[in-house]
Amino acid sequence: MWKFSVRRILIMIPQLFVLSLLIFVLAKMMPGDALSGQIDPNIDPERIEELRIEMGWYDPWHEQYASWVGGVMKGDFGMSFRFKMPVTELIGQRIVNSFWLSVATLILTYLIAIPLGITSGRYNDTFRDQLITGYSYVGFATPLFIFALVMLWIFGFQLQWFPTSGSVEPGMQPGTFDYFMSKFYHLLLPALSMALITTFSTILYLRNEIIDTKQKDFILLARSKGASESRVYNQHIFRNSLLPIAAFFGFEITGLIGGSIFIENIFGYPGMGQLLIESISLRDFSVVTATTLLFGVASILGALISDIILSLVDPRIRIK
Amino acid sequence: MEANTTNVEIKTKEVIKSPSGFSVVGRELIKDKLALISLIFLIGITAFVYGTALFLDQDEIVRVDLFSIYEPPGEEFILGTDYGGRDVFGQLIIGTRNSLSIAILVTLMTGIIGILYGLISGYFGGHVDNIMMRILDFFLILPFTMIVIAFVAIVPKYGVWTFSLIMTAFLWMQIARLVRSKALAEKELDYIQAARTLGTTNFKIMFRHLLPNVSSIIIVTMTLNLAANIGLESGLSFLGFGFPESTPSLGTLLSYARNPQTLEYRWWIWVPASLMILLLMLAVNNVGTALRRAVDARQRRG
Repeated sequence: MWKFSVRRILIMIPQLFVLSLLIFVLAKMMPGDALSGQIDPNIDPERIEELRIEMGWYDPWHEQYASWVGGVMKGDFGMSFRFKMPVTELIGQRIVNSFWLSVATLILTYLIAIPLGITSGRYNDTFRDQLITGYSYVGFATPLFIFALVMLWIFGFQLQWFPTSGSVEPGMQPGTFDYFMSKFYHLLLPALSMALITTFSTILYLRNEIIDTKQKDFILLARSKGASESRVYNQHIFRNSLLPIAAFFGFEITGLIGGSIFIENIFGYPGMGQLLIESISLRDFSVVTATTLLFGVASILGALISDIILSLVDPRIRIK
Repeated sequence: MEANTTNVEIKTKEVIKSPSGFSVVGRELIKDKLALISLIFLIGITAFVYGTALFLDQDEIVRVDLFSIYEPPGEEFILGTDYGGRDVFGQLIIGTRNSLSIAILVTLMTGIIGILYGLISGYFGGHVDNIMMRILDFFLILPFTMIVIAFVAIVPKYGVWTFSLIMTAFLWMQIARLVRSKALAEKELDYIQAARTLGTTNFKIMFRHLLPNVSSIIIVTMTLNLAANIGLESGLSFLGFGFPESTPSLGTLLSYARNPQTLEYRWWIWVPASLMILLLMLAVNNVGTALRRAVDARQRRG
């Protein structure tokens, strides 16, 4: 177990290095630099050149890379030239919002997927099962952003049950109960839209897992020992089928990142995904670099978590 | 004696003869009515869209006409107009054509790269496989939407070709992994060993012997990928990082719905395009799953 984990973490280091290199090259290739974005007729071009030299624009690339990575390690992503504040501070506000959106989505996903997956697996090939697999089939073919638009249109605009943008009612006092409730209320529709679409893979996986486990010898043994049907399902089958689901938890993170870019833009939810799109259209490249890097690191960590959980659950993986 | 042997031969031939690939697929489609309808729908819509697009002038359709902004559906415009006074119906047809074309293009390109990568990695195995898989793992981890958006934003001369190349660069991994795992299993079989003993070149073994034996599963996966690619392209265009506005895709029409006013009051702009995407993806998926059943004898219905 430990040997596997350590080896897996060692694999992560080159991945992180290549990611940082890729993003650094991207950042260098981006048209214009931080200064050309704010051309002010009052500043003369020579002063801009001086500033560029001061910022190390003309240093050899490996020195620039080293100083950039050094800064990132200390949590310094430079300045945002549009919002006139340190990128770290700007991201700090957004990342909390995105974090809660992801948590809410994950909770809803499992709340929907586990009962549906169990029902579908337990009563496979019945009418209930066909309904559930039909739902997951349509969910598989529906792009997230179309579903989110329809949800926003129906529940946000037509029925007006939910707010249509923002993460909190303006003018609320942070820390109060109302503030918390308002945050929760704003979260619900985006999280639900994302959960209802991303849930299908978990449902289908759980269903197949249960149908597989149902035919195993130890279930036959439990039945022949006289265990009740509910005991067979809740104690024996459920526990064995749930472990692989737990292992996919880390991979969900990559999916959540992709989804949050759409969801946050459609629901006007001020998180990292919205920040990425905003800063690209504003050509605020220090923010673009920082968000891309953070998203990439999150995915790498997600894959790491999944692999480690998988090795805990399934010892065969460790031998590889 | 002579006559006897031929008789036996004929008999064995009759017993061994298995149905051809096409007839298996045909039987599967007849059993699965939904897939059959999907296939007919797909052929129909493709013919209609590509046919009609021949008579439509793309520049004419995307020309801004300030006198007919946001016209609701009516006599002059079947599906109304958008914020630039452009005919939504014309954009829908051109958009469907563009979306389909790019999805097919990307599917083919990812297929070619994936097959090559997977075959080489699986066939040679060992260190080559190890290194190639590490590279693939890295690509697999990157969040697709984010990385494509970042690339689209920095590419200087941006067009349809660059867009499809960027998409391809981050979508070939699934096919590669599949082909590699199949090739790994297949290369241990006797016929490959025999070919090797006969001195057949590696290149020839890979493409003449290995590839035909994994081709069915590749076709299935590429069909399913086609559906996914329609969704990915329209999603990126929706965010504004796909097709430029001068070449509308289905996602471009949907992106007008990012304006809350349009979303709430002007359904005719975005609902038809959404339905078109949904129907296309469902239809391609239906055909894909029917193909998958036809390939796997255990799942066949026909």
